[in-house]
Amino acid sequence: MLNISGLKEGIVLDHIEAGKSLDIYYNLGLDELECQVAIIKNARSNKMGRKDIIKIEGGLDKLDLQVLGYIDHNITVNIIRDDKIVEKKRLKLPSRITNVIRCKNPRCITSIEQELPHIFYLSDEKTETYRCLYCEQKYSK
Amino acid sequence: MRHLLNPLDFSVEETERLLELATDIEQNLPKYSHVCDGKKLATLFYEPSTRTRLSFESAMLSLGGSVLGFSSANSSSATKGESVSDTIRMISCYADITAMRHPKEGAALVASNAAKIPVINAGDGGHQHPTQTLTDLMTIRSLTGRLDNMTIGLCGDLKFGRTVHSLIEAMVRYPGIRFYLISPDELRIPGYIRQDVLEANNIEYKEVNNLDDAMPQLDILYMTRVQKERFFNEEDYIRLKDCYILDKKKMKLAKEDMFVLHPLPRVNEISTEVDDDPRAAYFRQAQYGVYVRMALIMTLLEVEKPC
Repeated sequence: MLNISGLKEGIVLDHIEAGKSLDIYYNLGLDELECQVAIIKNARSNKMGRKDIIKIEGGLDKLDLQVLGYIDHNITVNIIRDDKIVEKKRLKLPSRITNVIRCKNPRCITSIEQELPHIFYLSDEKTETYRCLYCEQKYSK
Repeated sequence: MRHLLNPLDFSVEETERLLELATDIEQNLPKYSHVCDGKKLATLFYEPSTRTRLSFESAMLSLGGSVLGFSSANSSSATKGESVSDTIRMISCYADITAMRHPKEGAALVASNAAKIPVINAGDGGHQHPTQTLTDLMTIRSLTGRLDNMTIGLCGDLKFGRTVHSLIEAMVRYPGIRFYLISPDELRIPGYIRQDVLEANNIEYKEVNNLDDAMPQLDILYMTRVQKERFFNEEDYIRLKDCYILDKKKMKLAKEDMFVLHPLPRVNEISTEVDDDPRAAYFRQAQYGVYVRMALIMTLLEVEKPC
């Protein structure tokens, strides 16, 4: 078993789908942080078989939970203080996301006005469908 | 301050109040000739639409107000690269209310976020055209006396036809509405209208290719033009534009009390021989459009109804 030292204070992103940790690392902008970040790939999990884990040193202000909720709302966010888990945050699909994804509709006003924020709203929670606030076009990954 | 960006911005009750006001305007036109004295409407048309623009201008002039604006992007600061937000901030200093048409979807929403005056969406690309919807509702209500329990046939370009999308969204709020969606496969209704509007509201609908088969079932037939400007190539346009032409022969299949609507302009999808049929309501529809826009301007400007 690989050992990685525990966090005194920080955040542990647990239950990441195996193989997705690097995507999350870049999407959350963790590559731009100065603090220590550990990525654990293919950790054994009773629940998931295999999973990825990311450990980040420091406070919750370093994370955009909105982005994380959009990427994968099944991830568990553990807040660590004094070597202990003091809070477990469950993520949910955000009702609105701003400048995380971009509208691809060539007829949308965002295609000609570069300054506009790209805003998407959750139009169907069951199918996890997001639509552009301006043109209502469904976002497809 | 209210805007009208989408037909659903007004509840069923608010729509009913607006249509009642429009009907009163129709019946007592002179009474309303000074209710907007001193008020100005700016018509910001980034793409040409003479009919809609003149309808808005006629409405404001009939209320005693005045109008200013531009009728194509070439005659506005858009050619210099000015954003919609900046234009609307400037217009807010010049006018009391604005009607805006723009080729890009969502432009009216962007305008409303920056405006200090009410914004009316006069069409944003293939997205929404709520005043056409209000016109359609008033026409249906005036001709049949109701907005519920009827079968509506929508024919032609159902993919890009924004009037069709807006009308569906507005009509599903009334009980007992059924749709026949009559179009070539290439121009079928978009998925989001099918799933989020029709299926989400348990609305009975049929998608068919043949206009003749649907005719006997219909209380309203809403014809649309296959718009050349919505196609990326001309070959597709030429192949599809004559698919569904309404003529006297087809009208014989329809009920005696059915009505034909069309947002106009038509090209050749309704033969001129149908114009004399008492069921042809599309020119009356254009007149209702002025009354409903008068009622809308009054409502958004919060002008009191005269005694």
